Amino acid sequence: MMKVVEKPTTIQDPHCEAPNLRKHEDKGLELLKYLILGVLFGIVFVKAEIISWFRIQEMFRLQSFHMYGVIGSAVVTGIISIQIIKRFNIKTIHGETINIPKKEFRKGQVIGGFIFGLGWALTGACPGPLFAQIGSGYTVVLVTLISALVGTWVYGKFSNKLPN
Amino acid sequence: MNDFINWLSQPWPWYVAGPMIGLTVPALLILGNKTFGISSSLRHVCAMCVPAGIPFFTYNWKKEMWNLLFVLGVLIGGFVATNFLANPDSIIVSEATQADLKALGVTDFGNLLPADIFSWENLFTAKGLLFFVIGGFLVGFGTRYAGGCTSGHAIMGISSLQWQSVLATVFFMIGGFLMTHVLLEPLMKLVGF
Repeated sequence: MMKVVEKPTTIQDPHCEAPNLRKHEDKGLELLKYLILGVLFGIVFVKAEIISWFRIQEMFRLQSFHMYGVIGSAVVTGIISIQIIKRFNIKTIHGETINIPKKEFRKGQVIGGFIFGLGWALTGACPGPLFAQIGSGYTVVLVTLISALVGTWVYGKFSNKLPN
Repeated sequence: MNDFINWLSQPWPWYVAGPMIGLTVPALLILGNKTFGISSSLRHVCAMCVPAGIPFFTYNWKKEMWNLLFVLGVLIGGFVATNFLANPDSIIVSEATQADLKALGVTDFGNLLPADIFSWENLFTAKGLLFFVIGGFLVGFGTRYAGGCTSGHAIMGISSLQWQSVLATVFFMIGGFLMTHVLLEPLMKLVGF
C-alpha cells in the first residue's frame, strides 16, 4: 500500500499567546482531558454567574464585589500554584519541565486591551463566557461569537499595519 | 444525594469559583505544558477555516486542538450547569445596578442575561447590531490585538507575575468603565431603548 506523504506542517507560531509547549503530541483520547477540564470550567462559569451580563455591569459600576472576588481569588490561586510549581520544580504528568512563556511589551496590550474592554462591557462576556452563554441556551450569542471571529480575522489581516 | 444536588444548584460564591478558575492554570501546565488562554481559540478557528494566506493564521493549528476542545468543553459545561444544576430562583442583581439599568430601559432582571437585549428578535435591529455584531467584533479584535483576554492576561499573565498582563488588564478595565459610564447610555438611546 502506498504511504501517504504528509505535507510538511507549517512551523509553530512563536507568537501564539496560549501555546502548547508540550514536546510530545497529544493524540486521540489524550485530548479528552482538555474537554473535561473545559466542561468543569464552563460549569463554574454558569454556577458563579460569571456569564451574566448583569454581573459584568455590577463590576463596572462598582456595585458588587462578586466579580472582583472571583478574578482576585483566581489570580491569588494562580500565583501560589505557579510559585509551588517553580519552588518544587514540579514536572508535567509526562515528566517534562514546565515552561511559562514570557510576554513581551506591545502597544496592543494598551490599545487592544482598551478595545476589548469596550466590548466586554457591551456583550457582558469575555471569550470564555461567550461559549458558556451559548451552551446555557442563549443561542443568539452565536452571532456575537461569529462577530468575535470576524474581529479576530480582521486583526490578523491588518496586524502588520497596526501600531505594535 | 438530593441535598448535594440542591447545594450545587445554589449560585456559587466567589471564594469557591475564583480558586477553581485559578486552579485551571496549574492543571493545564501539569497535564500537558499548556498555557491558559481562551481567546486564542478564536484565532485557531480562523487558522483552521479561513487562513486566506495571512501569515497571522498560517501555523500548525492542529497542535492547538487542545484549546478548541477546551472551549467546546466550556460550551458543554454551560449546557450541563443550566440543564442539570440550575438555580431554581431568579438571579439577584444588586439594587443599585437594577436602578441604573432600569433608567437605561432594561426591564428583565430575572435571568442571567436580560431578554430585552439577548433575544433573536433583536438580531436584525439596531440593538442587535450594537450588542452582538459590534460588541462581538470589539471582543475578538481587541483580545487578539492585546494578545489575550481575561484568562490569558488577567489570570495566566498576572499569575506568572508579568507586568505586561497587569497593563493589559488595567486597559480592559478602563475600556469597560468608559463604555459603562459614558458610552452605554447614548448608545442605548441611539438603538431604541
